[in-house]
Amino acid sequence: MKRVYLDNAATTPILPEVVEAMLPYLRDAYGNPQSLHDWGDEARETIEKARGRVAALIGGQPGEIIFTGSGTEANNFAIKGLAQAQQSKGKHIVISAIEHFSVLHSAKTLEKWGFEVTQVPVDGYGLVDPEEVAKSMTEDTILVSVMHANGEVGTIEPIAEIAKVVKKMGALFHTDAVAAAGTIPVDVEQLGVDALSLAANQFYGPKGIGALWLKKGTRIIPFLDGGVQEGGRRAGTENVPAIVGMEKAAELAQQDMSSRIQRLSALREQLIADVSSEIKHTILTGHPAQRLPGNASFCIEFIEGESMLMLLSSKGVAASSGSACTSRALKASHVLTAMGIPPEIAQGSLLFSLGLNNSEEDVDYLVEVLPPIVDRLRQMSPLYAKFVKEQGGGK
Amino acid sequence: MPIYSEKVMEHFMNPRNVGEIDNPDGVGEVGNPVCGDMMTFYIKVDDNHLSDVKFKTFGCGAAIAVSSIVSEMAMGKSLEEARKITPALVAEELEGLPKNKYHCSNLGAQALNKAIDDYLKKQGKEVKSRRRGKNEKE
Repeated sequence: MKRVYLDNAATTPILPEVVEAMLPYLRDAYGNPQSLHDWGDEARETIEKARGRVAALIGGQPGEIIFTGSGTEANNFAIKGLAQAQQSKGKHIVISAIEHFSVLHSAKTLEKWGFEVTQVPVDGYGLVDPEEVAKSMTEDTILVSVMHANGEVGTIEPIAEIAKVVKKMGALFHTDAVAAAGTIPVDVEQLGVDALSLAANQFYGPKGIGALWLKKGTRIIPFLDGGVQEGGRRAGTENVPAIVGMEKAAELAQQDMSSRIQRLSALREQLIADVSSEIKHTILTGHPAQRLPGNASFCIEFIEGESMLMLLSSKGVAASSGSACTSRALKASHVLTAMGIPPEIAQGSLLFSLGLNNSEEDVDYLVEVLPPIVDRLRQMSPLYAKFVKEQGGGK
Repeated sequence: MPIYSEKVMEHFMNPRNVGEIDNPDGVGEVGNPVCGDMMTFYIKVDDNHLSDVKFKTFGCGAAIAVSSIVSEMAMGKSLEEARKITPALVAEELEGLPKNKYHCSNLGAQALNKAIDDYLKKQGKEVKSRRRGKNEKE
């Protein structure tokens, strides 16, 4: 059976060049970077070179990169570590309503620790208004965190404009760039942020490795206590093979970024145009233009996401959904909810995220298998039957 | 994919008795799209027996499989027998349902019962107390 992976927002496949770069460090070059002998020296030099490469991807300095175990860890580290380091100045944090759970739940933890958190709303496209950020800030605000791009609906946020507002008020600004870094141009200088999270598995690198870029001179409370690794801020023996994998993935991402964007945007436009024309009552979610190159997210009316995913899977297509039924907690995606999408529409959430592994043929295949699936579920749906009756028959 | 039993997958992929009945003798609707799942059951009654059962369902794979198997379990049964179909029996017949899906998707028996109530009401007969999920053992 044909297999088409359209779930690159969950994770991208690892590139063969990345695997090749990692292999020596899984085999012979096994030294601990902290050891004082040849093995250690080699490992140390290796990760320091990688640090420079990863920093270059986002326009930072090598000394500003702290390697972490994931994007989630980088977000936890930034939110909790920066807030704690600033708590003598204030207790108020601002985040957007569509942050990833690693930011959202870190902020919840901060509330338990006595901090106060304000969530800034988004508009129907999922955009954060810098003015809203300004309005939500007080003299007590020490930290603001707004994601660079939302992986679920693809919307890219006006980070540089938000940064201006935040800096004017004298707070620190962190951005979760996990969905953006390595995919679209991200430059910490141009953005004007103080901290930025990224993860290798979002740009064809390995899982289990991310980084927090922290502007030089910014105080943070260490995330893991232990040895002196990562400047004493993130203890634990460095994951050398994964760091090397992230380095290679960053190098390739920087080198091929514009051609990748061009290719993925074209595929995305084809997918959006075809799905929208082939399937009636389909809503594109997220911003139509200001969106991630590979993101095509929809709400298909009158039917539910999990049943679509199951039927797509039976045709070899991998996608995802923000419907209540697909989440363990049985709650509709907080992102779609924050965008003002009614729950019954959000139930029809369907996300296709394209990657380098995809071709035009994949999109064609999807556009061939999806309409009959939608049709089949709509024929089964009492909501669709009601709609058709209200329309006075006709499809 | 969610971890569903083979039986759930089979009913989801090949649901029985999907559709509506023209001039049904009874209709039962449960759930709403906001909470996730919604089911409508249509019945035809001949000589106190269910001569036809059809359904329409909006919801996850489990909800569709539940509807399908309830329609199959009820078909041809007397109204009294059909009333004995409980969510627990449905789950058992489906070789189990994921814990978090048990309550939201297992609405088929309730919808069928409502359709029978609707039929009895139309007949001017007394409606016996309807079974509800929480009164049943799970």
